[in-house]
Amino acid sequence: MTLTLSEPLFNALLAVVKILFVWAMTLAALLPNLIWAERRVSGLIQDRPGPNRVGPLGLFQAVADVLKLMMKEDVVPLYVDKVLFTLAPLITLTPALVTFAVIPFGSSIPITWNGAVRDVPLVIADVNVGILYIFALTSLAVYGIVLAGWSSNDKYSLLGGVRASAQIISYELAMGFSAAGVFIAAGSLRLPAVVEWQHAHLWNVVPQFLGFVVFAVAIFAETNRIPFDLSEAEAELVAGYHTEYSSFRFAMFFMGEYANLIAASAVVTTLYFGGWSLPGVAFTGLWGGLASIAVFAVKTAAFIFLFLWVRWTLPRFRYDQLMELGWKVFLPLSFFHLIAVAAFVAASGR
Amino acid sequence: MSEGTPGTAALVPPPEEPTLLGLHEMELNFGPQHPATHGVLRVVLKVDGERIVSARPDVGYLHRGTEKLFETETYPMVIPHTDRMDYVAAATNNHAYCLAVEKILGVEVPKRAQYIRVLLDEMQRVSSHLLWLATAAIDLGAITPFFYTFREREVILDLFEEYCGARLTLNCMRIGGLPVDLTPGWVERTQAFFETLEAKIDEYEDLLTENRIWKERTVGIGVLAADRCVAWGVTGPVLRAAGVAWDVRRALPYECYPELEFDIPVGKNADTYDRYLVRVAELRQSRRIALQCCDWLAKNPEGEIRGKVPRVIKPAAGMAYASVEAPKGELGFFLVSSGANKPYRLHVRAPSFVNLQSLPEMIRGHLVSDLVAVIGTYDIVLGEVDR
Repeated sequence: MTLTLSEPLFNALLAVVKILFVWAMTLAALLPNLIWAERRVSGLIQDRPGPNRVGPLGLFQAVADVLKLMMKEDVVPLYVDKVLFTLAPLITLTPALVTFAVIPFGSSIPITWNGAVRDVPLVIADVNVGILYIFALTSLAVYGIVLAGWSSNDKYSLLGGVRASAQIISYELAMGFSAAGVFIAAGSLRLPAVVEWQHAHLWNVVPQFLGFVVFAVAIFAETNRIPFDLSEAEAELVAGYHTEYSSFRFAMFFMGEYANLIAASAVVTTLYFGGWSLPGVAFTGLWGGLASIAVFAVKTAAFIFLFLWVRWTLPRFRYDQLMELGWKVFLPLSFFHLIAVAAFVAASGR
Repeated sequence: MSEGTPGTAALVPPPEEPTLLGLHEMELNFGPQHPATHGVLRVVLKVDGERIVSARPDVGYLHRGTEKLFETETYPMVIPHTDRMDYVAAATNNHAYCLAVEKILGVEVPKRAQYIRVLLDEMQRVSSHLLWLATAAIDLGAITPFFYTFREREVILDLFEEYCGARLTLNCMRIGGLPVDLTPGWVERTQAFFETLEAKIDEYEDLLTENRIWKERTVGIGVLAADRCVAWGVTGPVLRAAGVAWDVRRALPYECYPELEFDIPVGKNADTYDRYLVRVAELRQSRRIALQCCDWLAKNPEGEIRGKVPRVIKPAAGMAYASVEAPKGELGFFLVSSGANKPYRLHVRAPSFVNLQSLPEMIRGHLVSDLVAVIGTYDIVLGEVDR
């Protein structure tokens, strides 16, 4: 039986396959391993073995964790705002997962269809405002934290939520300005175009090192991890915004944090480290396409390791110090960077 | 807590006036169950945003009536109870109590016992300061130093265990001396540990001393100047960080301390960072003292470990006060004897309790985040605060 598909149906099918692939990679493969890696890396840094009992090398630790959380009693305190309280974990998890839609995770794979060979680009949606989409989503993610803090009707949660909103405002601008340099250089807001430009010229991290530093720090702040985990700040705010959460609702925050981490690493890789590309290597054909996915995964993993390393090494900032850093240091730096890049591009007459 | 409960009247805040915008300061109940209060300290905060307008520490959640209990126990039976006060520094508690009883009895402690006691004290000081460093760092978000300091603390606890069978509640001293002599090879193992400690302290300092975030979180936080420290009766590293070189080991010497060489580290700025520096310097000084003790003990492997103490301890009626430099400050025991075989009254001057009184002054105007830094900087143990 020959299956004939119309063009739109074929494209839709491709998109579904890509979505399934990306989510399978992040949710089923990367996320549990990341939870495991976090603990093993912290063990490595802290001179102890880390979890090594559940499965080989403790690899099933994340499964055990999530199962444990699912079996816990789901406590909803009496005076919470039930609607927002339920929505908040979803709002945190969802943007992280949909960020992957615009990130090119590989070059392309040739597929024969209706007798013709066509190259299928390895990106779910090649949106021409890709970076704006990502900024929109990262701003959205903070609502999960703010609403969790507000709806819990708990003073510690409230302080956590307030801190999160102050933090996101302080860093969003610097992040946007530093990333703008990348798009001026590439001449496009499309992420695949950014990767292709880096593939053709050189990785953005070299000419735009300043922008990279600002962007990386802002990404740390966005993902709410030490040294910027102020909205959680265990020692100060008990558990910050998720103090009142238990069971699977907490698990969603927990997974959201890691999904955010993966998404953030993927974005940094795409913008500054050439995405799936390697200098001087052309990824063509089926194997080239698969190899480019592997390159992308390795680069992302390296960034994730950096996140883990920093988390287990540094103390936490105070919230006014963080805002000072955001407004007084990083914002002017990113301005300066943007103007420098723009001037250079204008002078070179591109 | 109802308003009618006796003794809590002071805790019920007066009704407050609304401010211009009709806003109230938020009251934040910090503790007694909180990850950063090092036990069961409760602090009732009035916060304006995150700025602390006032803080009222509320103690008593770990009160066990120990001082009353002392009055029902014979003199030797009191010693294990002292373990449970500052439970991370049991040796200095035992020591201070034994000194007070020895003073009222007029017992001379043999030289060898003195050196072993001082060695145990300094080991205890190192283990207590390591625990402080671990928890103070974790309060500020630096999780990893905890595991490094506990690695070394573990060795000390193992040595304690080898000597007296306990790791935490040591019960390692007796009136007039010590319960047992050292096990063979113990001095060498202790010496070997302290030889390696210097490099380990450098390792902690690498992580924190010049770390920009660590400095931002501690420099200028919780300043309590020398005159205020003296006014509050604050002792220990908190006082020394304010530049006052008051150390009971030098000021009111006891045991063999006059024969030992060591410096008293002092700070300048009286802030949380200086207290950190003072404590780290004290780790190095304790190492120095411990090595001198090990040398002496290696040269004098034999000797009495207990002075001449009567079988039944019944001091003549009278009073005595003895104090030691505990890791937290001056730990004193004030003993009143009626001539019976039990103390008539035994009051403990617990440094954690006295130091903690200055918390409202130290924290005023700081942010909620600084509260954990300030509670951490006192190095309080609630078992000692509440007794």
